[in-house]
Amino acid sequence: MVINSLKTGLLTSAAAVLAFASSPAHAERGTDGELKLLLWQAPSTLNVYLSTGVKEMLASSLILEPLAIFAPDGEIVPALAQELPTVENGGISEDLTSITWKLKEGVKWSDGSDLTAEDVKFTADYCMNDEGGCAQAAKFEGVTSVEAVDPLTVKITFDSPRPYPYAAFVGAQAPIIQKAQFENCTGAKAATCTEENFGPIGTGPFRATGFKTNDVVTLEANPEYREADKPAFATVTLKGGGDSTSAARAVLETGEYDYAWNIQLAPDVLEGMLAAGKGKLEVDFGATVEHILLNQSDPSPSLPEGERATLKHPHPILSDLKVRQALSMAIDRELLNEIGYGETGKATCNMVPNPEIYASDNDDCLTQDIEGAKALLEEAGWTVGGDGIREKDGVKLKLLFQTSVNAVRQDFQALIKQWWSEIGVETELKTVDASVYFGSDPGSPDTIVKFYADVEMYTDVYDGTDPGSFLSERSCASIPSPENQWQGENTVRYCDEEYEKLIKEMAQTSGIEARAELAKKMNLMITRDSMTHLPLIARGRVSVSSNRLGGVHMNAWDSEFWNVADWTRVEE
Amino acid sequence: MIDTNRQQELNRQELTEGAAGAAAATAALPPDQPQIAGGETRNQWRDVWRQFRSHRGAMVALILFIGVLLFVLAGPLIWTLDPTYVDIRARNTGFTSVHPLGTDQLGRDMLARLMAGGRVSISVGLTAMLIAIFLGSTIGVLSGYFRRLDAPLMRVTELFLALPLLPLLLLMVTLFREPLSQSFGPAMGIFLLIVSAIGATSWMQAARIVRGDVLGLKEREFILAAKSIGTPPRRMILRHILPNVMSPIMVAATLGIATAIITESALSFLGLGFPPDFPTWGRLLYDAVDQMVLYPSRVILPGVFISLTVLCVNYIGDGLRDAMDPRIRGR
Amino acid sequence: MLNFTMRRLLLAIPTLLFISLVIFLLLEASPGDPLGDVPLTVPPEVKEKMREALGLGQAWYIRYILWLKQFFWVEPLHWTDKLLGTYFSDGMQRIISFQSRSPVFDVIAQRVPQTLIVVGMSYIVGVMIAIPIGILSAYKQYSWFDQIGTFVSMVGFSMPTFFTGVVFIIIFGVKLQWFPSVYDTTHVVTDWGSFWVQVRQMIMPVTVLALYNAAQISRFMRASMLDNLGQDYVRTARAKGLGERKVVLKHVLRNSLIPVVTVIALGLPTVFGGAIITEQVFKVNGLGQLLISAIHANDIPMVLTLTFIFAILIIVFTLIADILYGVLDPRIRYD
Repeated sequence: MVINSLKTGLLTSAAAVLAFASSPAHAERGTDGELKLLLWQAPSTLNVYLSTGVKEMLASSLILEPLAIFAPDGEIVPALAQELPTVENGGISEDLTSITWKLKEGVKWSDGSDLTAEDVKFTADYCMNDEGGCAQAAKFEGVTSVEAVDPLTVKITFDSPRPYPYAAFVGAQAPIIQKAQFENCTGAKAATCTEENFGPIGTGPFRATGFKTNDVVTLEANPEYREADKPAFATVTLKGGGDSTSAARAVLETGEYDYAWNIQLAPDVLEGMLAAGKGKLEVDFGATVEHILLNQSDPSPSLPEGERATLKHPHPILSDLKVRQALSMAIDRELLNEIGYGETGKATCNMVPNPEIYASDNDDCLTQDIEGAKALLEEAGWTVGGDGIREKDGVKLKLLFQTSVNAVRQDFQALIKQWWSEIGVETELKTVDASVYFGSDPGSPDTIVKFYADVEMYTDVYDGTDPGSFLSERSCASIPSPENQWQGENTVRYCDEEYEKLIKEMAQTSGIEARAELAKKMNLMITRDSMTHLPLIARGRVSVSSNRLGGVHMNAWDSEFWNVADWTRVEE
Repeated sequence: MIDTNRQQELNRQELTEGAAGAAAATAALPPDQPQIAGGETRNQWRDVWRQFRSHRGAMVALILFIGVLLFVLAGPLIWTLDPTYVDIRARNTGFTSVHPLGTDQLGRDMLARLMAGGRVSISVGLTAMLIAIFLGSTIGVLSGYFRRLDAPLMRVTELFLALPLLPLLLLMVTLFREPLSQSFGPAMGIFLLIVSAIGATSWMQAARIVRGDVLGLKEREFILAAKSIGTPPRRMILRHILPNVMSPIMVAATLGIATAIITESALSFLGLGFPPDFPTWGRLLYDAVDQMVLYPSRVILPGVFISLTVLCVNYIGDGLRDAMDPRIRGR
Repeated sequence: MLNFTMRRLLLAIPTLLFISLVIFLLLEASPGDPLGDVPLTVPPEVKEKMREALGLGQAWYIRYILWLKQFFWVEPLHWTDKLLGTYFSDGMQRIISFQSRSPVFDVIAQRVPQTLIVVGMSYIVGVMIAIPIGILSAYKQYSWFDQIGTFVSMVGFSMPTFFTGVVFIIIFGVKLQWFPSVYDTTHVVTDWGSFWVQVRQMIMPVTVLALYNAAQISRFMRASMLDNLGQDYVRTARAKGLGERKVVLKHVLRNSLIPVVTVIALGLPTVFGGAIITEQVFKVNGLGQLLISAIHANDIPMVLTLTFIFAILIIVFTLIADILYGVLDPRIRYD
């Protein structure tokens, strides 16, 4: 069993990438036959700019490439660019308002034409077009212009100083598309260019030969790929559909597939499958955190619509810090991890658990303390009533706990309910269909943003490795409310002036160390200090691969197919 | 001709057996009360019961069904473990004296969960089936018997058949979950929501089948005869039509229970069902499918209970139908 | 009868329009959001733009009428263009799926083959097993054959396909390795070898579904046969010396078919609807999987179009059933 845990430090990064780039012996392109990949959620398009799903990003990352990618340790490494622009090498201007990328020479599209700076510029125009509904528009936020200085040089200018300018064209979510192909597909026409969206021409190791939406993608080795001896596989079949269990089974038990993505299985079931000896687990930890949110507003249905779950009415129970602390102390995070995730997760007390440099040194919450929790509740004035449930001023300590429909989450709900009942808190459990729960339909009462419950649980994650904007989302201005049609990321309704100051500071700070210091401070404020966010588990990205497949190196920050050109067939 | 002979032989045998059975049964019964025996209506239900008792399969099924009911209703009084109590140290235990049917992945007692789950599943299954069958046969009979109602009722049936189930159910939850649980309490509110959701979306097949049969029945001689002596429609339907379409209704009913039990588990994945820690047979089965290889008993037990219940209802239905059919009863 | 059929077909038009309106309103009202799958990391402003790009900015009635126009005008034009090489539909917007941004009908056309092959075959197999079993069970009521038949069909019906499918995969896919557990939709039959591959990948899903269908149909067949076997006309037929085979297969069977025809007529449109769970378990990715993923993604154009085609089939098949009633029992008249 191989677990690629997160590499520490920034020094090892380049070495690691190199090591995997020169993985052993494949002399020629296309000698290893067919690579069979299984994604239990099938990609619906191959154009990432039209879909925000991870599945579409994965499928297109076999074909399209960005200027730079995130390596498994979180480090940014050049892909189509010659080198990573920095202030030191002059790639980023002194005032931090522009960045200049140099393209590698001699890179060709799979149709044989040359990749030029015009294509990069076109990609930006394509996504920044207001009518196109570009799903990756956030990557281009604040970009005022993209110019092709010469055929191999692109200059991106921002509207204000950008301490962290690696969003546009970095990572598999913002790859370069070919101008010649998509020229007539900009704006409102983007949606109608089915042929282009289903078969984009790229610079990556493979090119699409067939695409059935939500079903299967077939690809073959790109004859124009810039490394002559790669990829080793001649064809790729990327099949979708089914569920996570059957996907794992097809790799680990029947051996029909080489690689299956996003495996969410109970640890003992997974172990049983691994025992067949046909494959191994691929895990890497990124910024994915399963956490509980304690509502700071009153979600009571007796309040009139429009005032319910808004800060006009603070939560009658959960606005007390001591109660929040007690609820957190009653949870045994290690045990939750053992039951729900095993080796594919780690108990955590941080909302930003990775990369290491950003992670606060905070593990107080890892030890369960039922007695301590009881004492805190007593202190806060909540006394045990006749039925074993605590009460204060006639209010019972009763909470409604909602989450999405998911086997592991339901187990967590049952366990947490039990622990909370031990400290005298009664919990009512509720589940919501995932497509409703995570939706933003302002008419639905069951969404995470409306938060018509006292407690909710889900997984949060952010793009890239810098947590700056993720942490800034906890601002008072981002609280969902009827005024902004319930659009806003600060679902817990956390609002603290100290924190607002830090957000402002974050927006002006550059340099990794300084940003990391701030991020740690902010992370501690929303977790340990305020106890509004109760992080539970840092979830790894989990896939399984066959023993007959070599070169796989799990990547939690970018497409897990980031080094697919180096994958080879290994005979046992 | 040989076949015919054999059949006649069989018929004769059945006749004698039937008579013997009936004789034995009458001997065991107290003598009929004179005013009833002499009146124009004999006690029909006693006849039905007598006939029913002679149906061996139905009697076995009835006893088993009562056993299952006792298990889920009286069982929790004897086996008092809380089905939602998480005992994390005892998780995944096999059959022991503390947990006779083992525990699940969180250490919850399977025996207690099967009892609690059965109570929900059986009550949901029966109630939802009754709603669906009532709606279905009413609409079917009305539209088959009254020509004027046929077109509108069948168009409504087509509409319901065409509606996509999932969005419909999601809409029902959004609209009715809170009001119902406020006026009836959370458990009862959700129960009502579930049975009406299942009932309202599964009556169409029964309606179409009943209608088809009624269309044919309506033209039979005995109906024409009854009509010609001026029998009012109400009595026509209750006396002459309904008893003759009982058998497809019975089949639809037994199949309906199975569907309702499984549908209930599907509903809980939409967040429409009972709270997630609340066990039902369908959900126990679904949750255990992933662990089938490791812990086979966790799928087998709820599976056996669902099948057993459905089989029992099926045989009881068979027995009832035979017992209520005067042609067979007379034999 | 012709008169009746014409009248029903004419009546079908307003019915279908009404059904489409109800479905549309239902999809509008039901909670959910076409952008529900969008990760939490995407800022609300971007979501708003994406929403507008999907055409969700307009009022519902405008979108409904637009869909009607696309369904009844643009799509037929497009297909005539394809057939005749004309250019009537140039520049007209076809119905586009929210999820994949491709024309809904192209996706449906991609999915129809596997659904018809797998689900259709399972239905045929199911009916072929169910009718003989139903007849025999009724004829030999309470014999061993009947008892076993009852047991198997009731257990078969009460076991959901999400369970039987996985059991099949574990036994025949994992342990015995006889059949593949993943259905390959790109497989093309060219010779005997590839035909055999196709048969092997179909066996498990077809069996699972056929069991389920057969259970249901055989129960109705049996019940209806039993009803008729006790009728006077059967005695008359026997009395006049007709062969037993003729009595049962000609007279009794014909009169018992009405409920079975109803059940099959209700079942055939569902063949088009696909089998959601079985398709998912075996990764057949047919119309059932398309519908369920479209519902989860709130892909309104796709769901609306699929359910509307489904509604058309339901109306057509109920009409066929009604006509068949008249054929099976000439006393039934609609005029």
